[in-house]
Amino acid sequence: MAVDDDEDLLIRLRAGDEEAFEEFVVDHDSALRRVARTFVRTPSAADEVVQETWLAVLRGLSGFEARSSLRTWVFRILVNRARTAATREARQVPFSTLDADDPSVFEPGFGRDGRWISAPARLDGDPERQLLSGELRQHLLDAVENLPPGQRVVITLRDIVGLDADEVCKLLEITDGNQRVLLHRARARVRAALVPQVERHR
Amino acid sequence: MPVFRRQRHVDPLVCREFVQLVSDYLEGALPEQERRRFEAHLAECDGCDGYLEDMRRVVGSLHEVTLAAPDPATREALLRAFRDLREG
Repeated sequence: MAVDDDEDLLIRLRAGDEEAFEEFVVDHDSALRRVARTFVRTPSAADEVVQETWLAVLRGLSGFEARSSLRTWVFRILVNRARTAATREARQVPFSTLDADDPSVFEPGFGRDGRWISAPARLDGDPERQLLSGELRQHLLDAVENLPPGQRVVITLRDIVGLDADEVCKLLEITDGNQRVLLHRARARVRAALVPQVERHR
Repeated sequence: MPVFRRQRHVDPLVCREFVQLVSDYLEGALPEQERRRFEAHLAECDGCDGYLEDMRRVVGSLHEVTLAAPDPATREALLRAFRDLREG
């Protein structure tokens, strides 16, 4: 979201524009829920975190100083609340440890010389086609859903929500290198999960 | 001259390395020399070219995905809170 849009939205929200608030909720609620789910165990706990977040956003609107984008600010509130909730659940969220238990997600099809044994299976013959039609969209989201939590939260914030790398590092308190490894593993896994689905839909 | 020699003797990338660098490449995070090795490999390997294309599509599709809107009850509750806060 551009800074100007942000300013405009903030003015409308502070003026009590219900339509603006509803739009804001519709745009972000689902992503907030997804991110919350990477911290806490159950959907109802995530719902609670999101609910608390929205209320904190409402209370904080008048004092918001626009040092970050509105969106980043909302996600920061969410991550803080979700961390607190996760601590209550005594759940450790290993964002900083690179999901170390994740076995190599990279393609298995390399020979001893490091080259493809045979060309990797492709997603689709038509590169212009997005992967968003009907069932495939669901497979795409399922693939994200099935990632380990660190990868899931990073790919959600980077590729679905659209935050930049810097914002994500600050939010999750991880290094840039860490962020890039998680993002890469996540994307590689999502791609690998989609290949058989696309083959089926051909 | 030494620089020239070093560049000539840089090992070419193999596919396994290429695949691991794809996200950094898309992020523009590869150092210059690494990027040149990456692109040199890209130019001569159809398998890796296809892989990069797929990763671009995955990222592009995720950018375009619209998530489900919250259910009406959630929306209504939040709007009520919004109103209350204004009035309260």
